[in-house]
Amino acid sequence: MKHCIEGSEAVAQAVNNCRPDVISAYPITPQTHIVEELALLKANGHANYEYILADSEFAAASIVLGASATGGRTYTATSSQGLLYMTEVIFDIAGMRLPVIMTVANRAISAPINIWNDQQDSMTVRDSGWIMLYAKDNQSAVDLHLLAYKLAEKLKLPAMINMDGFVLTHTVEPIDIPSVSDTKKFLPSYKPEVGQILDTKNPVTLGSFVTPEYYQEIRFDLHSDLLRAKELFTKEAIKFNKIFHRQHDLVEYYGTAKPDSVIITIGSVFGTIQDVVDELNNRGQKVGVFHLTCFRPFPDEQIVEKLSKIKSIAVLEKDISLGSSAGLDMEIRRALFNKNKSTVTSFVYGLGGRDITPEYIREIFKQIKQ
Amino acid sequence: MKKYIQIRIHGRGGQGAVTAANLIAKAAFYEGKFSQAFPNFGVERRGAPVEAFVRISSEPVRIQSQIYQPDFLIVQDPTLLKLVPDVLEGIKKSTVIFVNSEQANWPQLDLLKLYTIPVTDFARQIIGRDITNTGMITAFALITKLIQFESLIKAIKDEFKYKPELISSNIKLMKQIQKYIIENKKIRLK
Repeated sequence: MKHCIEGSEAVAQAVNNCRPDVISAYPITPQTHIVEELALLKANGHANYEYILADSEFAAASIVLGASATGGRTYTATSSQGLLYMTEVIFDIAGMRLPVIMTVANRAISAPINIWNDQQDSMTVRDSGWIMLYAKDNQSAVDLHLLAYKLAEKLKLPAMINMDGFVLTHTVEPIDIPSVSDTKKFLPSYKPEVGQILDTKNPVTLGSFVTPEYYQEIRFDLHSDLLRAKELFTKEAIKFNKIFHRQHDLVEYYGTAKPDSVIITIGSVFGTIQDVVDELNNRGQKVGVFHLTCFRPFPDEQIVEKLSKIKSIAVLEKDISLGSSAGLDMEIRRALFNKNKSTVTSFVYGLGGRDITPEYIREIFKQIKQ
Repeated sequence: MKKYIQIRIHGRGGQGAVTAANLIAKAAFYEGKFSQAFPNFGVERRGAPVEAFVRISSEPVRIQSQIYQPDFLIVQDPTLLKLVPDVLEGIKKSTVIFVNSEQANWPQLDLLKLYTIPVTDFARQIIGRDITNTGMITAFALITKLIQFESLIKAIKDEFKYKPELISSNIKLMKQIQKYIIENKKIRLK
């Protein structure tokens, strides 16, 4: 059943229905209404998790690391500077193979100080070993949390759900929140394997000291397991669709069947582009738009299959790799290298909350058609 | 572009512009329409200018861009009009404007479709504070007939579910504004 509800509130309720054991967060700007709502649900007796107020983002990440290491289902949320402050722990969580789930309300990074939306925060931790999913709208933000828990617990890897700060987190719109019983059907209780967690009956060490003889092998193990998330995502998305009747793909397409020009993007600007795509196609153009839902692992196969025959590709994103190009642009060019005859053009826009308008989208299509 | 009804609300931090937008979106949703509401904060503090946006449509709202050419403009704080042209940016001849003010004539808005409603006094009397958002959207609903008064009441009960003390005072204010609109037919434009 749909509710007209704020994105953050919807995510919080969906997370509660995933039945986490421990939630920890640090409540300061830049935080989100997500943890406020989770605190409220707990205070009002509508939740069973332990809610631990941390004294910093570093501590919040450390607390969910510890809770996950003892076998609990865990959750945290952060944004911008908070994510950067967590960075050291974020690499540890992945290296220790802990299925922590975190929402990142994507916001700009200082300096200069800016509280508004872009995706620089998440792009900065792309090499940490987390599954990184991006929501195209608030419904997918909600749904991706269920999928994230499933993938994380099956692969023993952490997963991060990115949703555009303000643009999605503060938007009130009709959203379906999966009920507890439907959520249980898709996501049963978490049962860690023997030897996976800290347990006095089966003692293990997590995150131990490793010498040069083994370190590289362990890092490559993490890499190959992370790559497995692609196949599993597709498999689990089919099961999800059977219960909730909503389709989610690693890469999603909207537009005419055989486009000559497309934009590929990541995050909530997808909706604005969809409107422009309809408008241009009604005028006889042949355009489309791709949304990349899964950034880590990167879906090379789907990108090659879907994009290699298209003449002009614009990559639109809200992040920049200073001194080089931008996160998504580099990945698209790498994935398509020697496999296509497309022209790829990078568009970095919307940094620090600059609004991406339909006019700007029309201008991109105009430029890449020339 | 898709056909959306687009509403832009201007207020100052603390006056409830964001809540006003949320309430309109929820009321429209209860009536079976698709809707979307979202804010654009300046600096997040009391008194700073705040904008909030609402789109209402018969189909799902996909666009996530701000509203530059509103069909309806709601100005909660008349002092913001001194910031012209910011508040009036993108106004079309057809844009209907609602201003919270006792002053009926606004020379700079002369050629525009304007309604003035003195919500602040009513709010001070009934709520005890100059929070004008629910009063302004009541006037908006009754004059435009885009949403029903009853749907707004339902939206308020949902929005303030954790602050029940706000529900009764706001409903009282809304009924007072309803009475005012009915009695003051002269504020209606031809």
